[in-house]
Amino acid sequence: MLQPSKSHQLLGWITFVLVLVALYMSFIYAPIERVMGYVQKIFYFHVASAWNAFFAFFIVFIASIIYLITRNMRWDTIAKVSAEIGVVFTTIVLVTGPIWGRAAWNTWWTWEPRLTTTLILWFIYLAYVLIRASGMETQKKATLAAVFGIIGFIDVPIVFFAIKWWGAKAHPLVFGESGGGIHPQMLHALIASVIAFTFLYFYMLQKGILIEQAEERLKKIKETLRAKSH
Amino acid sequence: MRFLAKIANIVWKDLVAEFRTKEMISAMLIFSVLVIIVFAFAFDPVGETVRAVSPGIIWVAFTFSGILGLNRSFVNEKQNETLLGLMLAPVDRTAIFFGKVITNFILMVITEAISLPVFFVLFDFRMEGSLLQLLLVIFLGTLGFVSIGTFLAALSANVRTSEILLPIILFPVLVPVIIGAVESTATIFNQGAFEQIVGWVKLLAVYDVIFLVVPFILFDYVLEV
Amino acid sequence: MVKTIGSKTVLKDINLHIEPGEFVSVLGPNGAGKTTLLKVLTLLTPPSEGQVYIAGQKITGNPLALRKKMGVISHNTFLYGNLTAYENLLFYGRMYDVPNVRQRIKEVIAEVGLQYSLNDPVRTFSRGMQQRLAIARAIIHDPDILFLDEPYTGLDQHAIGILNQVLLNLTNQNRTIYMITHNFEQGLHMSDRIIILVSGRIVYEASSKSLSLEELQDIYLKLVGES
Repeated sequence: MLQPSKSHQLLGWITFVLVLVALYMSFIYAPIERVMGYVQKIFYFHVASAWNAFFAFFIVFIASIIYLITRNMRWDTIAKVSAEIGVVFTTIVLVTGPIWGRAAWNTWWTWEPRLTTTLILWFIYLAYVLIRASGMETQKKATLAAVFGIIGFIDVPIVFFAIKWWGAKAHPLVFGESGGGIHPQMLHALIASVIAFTFLYFYMLQKGILIEQAEERLKKIKETLRAKSH
Repeated sequence: MRFLAKIANIVWKDLVAEFRTKEMISAMLIFSVLVIIVFAFAFDPVGETVRAVSPGIIWVAFTFSGILGLNRSFVNEKQNETLLGLMLAPVDRTAIFFGKVITNFILMVITEAISLPVFFVLFDFRMEGSLLQLLLVIFLGTLGFVSIGTFLAALSANVRTSEILLPIILFPVLVPVIIGAVESTATIFNQGAFEQIVGWVKLLAVYDVIFLVVPFILFDYVLEV
Repeated sequence: MVKTIGSKTVLKDINLHIEPGEFVSVLGPNGAGKTTLLKVLTLLTPPSEGQVYIAGQKITGNPLALRKKMGVISHNTFLYGNLTAYENLLFYGRMYDVPNVRQRIKEVIAEVGLQYSLNDPVRTFSRGMQQRLAIARAIIHDPDILFLDEPYTGLDQHAIGILNQVLLNLTNQNRTIYMITHNFEQGLHMSDRIIILVSGRIVYEASSKSLSLEELQDIYLKLVGES
């Protein structure tokens, strides 16, 4: 039963192919940017990771609401796994952002609204993970995490607007990565990369759920063994 | 009306208990003034920097000292399991939330009313902007801080290490309040027109409403046993 | 009625009917689900399956009205240490909408013999005094149903006497009492029915008049040993 299902394996292969396609399109198909050169390639993965990060937290939000209504632990598992994936991709955004920034504007960090919001998002979901890591009984933890998952997600747009207004005053906007004259082939590569990353997200989500289920089963086996040994 | 009377009863109980020992309020006050003094050493208190950094100092002092109060507000109810006693009482659970919000708000306002003049004196700061506007911003900022803070304090009170957890989960969510309060306070200190802070005031008001309503809906889940 | 917590089924097929005015005692080893059952009955947590009726009403109907009819005495006192005995009673009296609350405080405080400590902060009280005040707190709104969760734990002799007297008074007024205990010495002689809960199931149920304490202890040990 713990063998990954056929559909999971299939999803894995599709993701693998799509990632290969995205790599091909980013590095070979799309032209090299005139000013920045190869560093610009990071853009495809930066944006795709950001998309995944926000998407993952949207799933946390939805799964949290459904969990609170249905009390089905399955949704709690989805929220948990999705948050962990979200943190990973947010971290990728926060690492690739400064690398891009260094090449583009000769500065590691800019308090650009989207990047700054991502940073706050990262902290919000680290807090979510910390709540999950604290010692409580499973159901209580699931409920509290779900509540924070909802609060955190509602907060994100407010954070974004606050930072945007704040940044508009202090630091004039110089950023417009998807704006204006993007080369069509670059756009194709970006779309391919976003699609590949979305599949990657779902693959990781499934994998994470399988791991959680395996852990749950292991716990049950241990309990039965302990009961028998008495 | 019975709902309001019960909220008032909870506030009465909290304030009587608090002012018998003054545990929380004294700690909040002392800490708030200490933060201001630490900043006096960190930045030159007589230079031109004061004007630029003062809104930040004020709000850091308010929020940091506020955390002390928030930390205790539900942990105190764990002694003798009084929170369970409240939950067994025939009152909607949200009355507990609003009661605690009001108590924390009162404690914060007292702290602010004392530490703000202390700040003005220590930094020899001449207040030139509109006092009324400043009070409005302080009111909205404090309300936002207290509403989400009380909610997350109730959440983290379930954890043994709640005092470590609360600041970590509260401050990221609080970012809009901090930005809005500091920016509008700065504008007021620079004698900016009211139009310049209207956007921030609206942001604070929206935040306050959202984070009074959402906890209202979710509070039952946080108290669940 | 069934209660599951996460993947664990804590209470299995509980079918229990308690008559008004009955005194029911529930016995069982740790982890048998006694506390969970109490939480369901005191409306702190909903059952996962099945229905619970209290005073003829579904518990989901109007929980606030039902809560008003219930009192709970547990080994936790639910008292605020920094408030005086009077303030504690006043606070809970107002929470339960007790009419003439000041008069009522005088009555209950006399019942537990604390009238001379009315204006002292509760944290200065001894453990026994706090327990007595907790009893007064639980009956301030004159509940129809009194739930007791290990009420005898940590009580001194004086408090035990007062608790027994309070319970006796309530029984005489035809109030329902539901008690969790694992103390065979106390309270059982007053109860009408005894229930033994093991691993989330009711494994034994009998009128307590029909058997002696020794018999009960034998049955209990046998049942607990089996599981």
